[in-house]
Amino acid sequence: MLQHKKALREGIRDGLPIGLGYLAVSFSLGVAAKNAGLTPLQGFFASLFNNASAGEYAGFTVIAADAPYFEIFFITLIANARYLLMSCALSQKFSSGTSIFHRILVGYDVTDEIFGITIARPGILDPYYCYGAILIAAPSWAGGTALGIIAGNLMPARAVSALSVALFGMFLAVIIPPAKTDKVVGLFVLISFVASYICCHLPVLRDFSGGTRTIILTVALSAIAAILFPVSEKEEQHAT
Amino acid sequence: MQHNINIYLLIMAVVTLSIRILPLTLIRKQIKNQFLQSFLYYVPYITLAVMTFPAIIYATQTPIAGIAALIVGIIAAWCGAGLFPVSVLCCLVVFLIELL
Repeated sequence: MLQHKKALREGIRDGLPIGLGYLAVSFSLGVAAKNAGLTPLQGFFASLFNNASAGEYAGFTVIAADAPYFEIFFITLIANARYLLMSCALSQKFSSGTSIFHRILVGYDVTDEIFGITIARPGILDPYYCYGAILIAAPSWAGGTALGIIAGNLMPARAVSALSVALFGMFLAVIIPPAKTDKVVGLFVLISFVASYICCHLPVLRDFSGGTRTIILTVALSAIAAILFPVSEKEEQHAT
Repeated sequence: MQHNINIYLLIMAVVTLSIRILPLTLIRKQIKNQFLQSFLYYVPYITLAVMTFPAIIYATQTPIAGIAALIVGIIAAWCGAGLFPVSVLCCLVVFLIELL
């Protein structure tokens, strides 16, 4: 019990900087949610249950386009596919006796950042560490999104314009460091930029929604990368 | 708007929560299939790259500001800046350029 308390405290400590970052980024996500027509309450719950910047952003573009429901199903699946990998990796950190209750609660908030700090803990995982981080991170993310929807209305266009790139800045911070160390990732980030730009301007493809283009390009390019440059299990551990 | 936003959000939540919770609760062995393993390894980077460009250019009031944010963001991330600093830096770049 005393150990759980210590783990919880450490989780809260490590969750604080994450929560601060989330507040700022989710605010800009709220601007995107507002553009898609979400109310602050809808934005709050969307973020509370999804806890995903790229996944939610992709979903909001689908909502904004009023696209068919299957499209939001696939885009969410694709944009969040990496959490499947992280969840698999985290399952190895649990002791085999960990109850399903703890597994569900920890699984609820497997984000890039929480996965990062959790996997960095030595030894078997005490779920209370994750709970500490989640206690700070999840409300920040959901609250920030709601605030972005509310204040996005009140802010001058110039400020909204500036904040709208916050999310892209975060995406860059996720993809550029591995692109620097892993040449294949770097190559495919570059190919993705070029292919995405071309698809935005090609006839037929241009008429698809942004979400559909993202799905097609992600599946195609990732499959090509996986066939040409298969990764070993050791490298796979880097996918954080 | 022909579709219900709440249904969209419900689908998003069910998919996201399933992705995160099912492997933790059901799969206790690591994925052995090398293609699937490699595919999942590349997905996050390619998906984020596709979503970032050219969208970042069209997100700002002037395309120049978006391009500048992209370049500054890449340089900052390359130099090792974290999620939050890169994010703030991109915002500042756009704000300053559109102020001119």
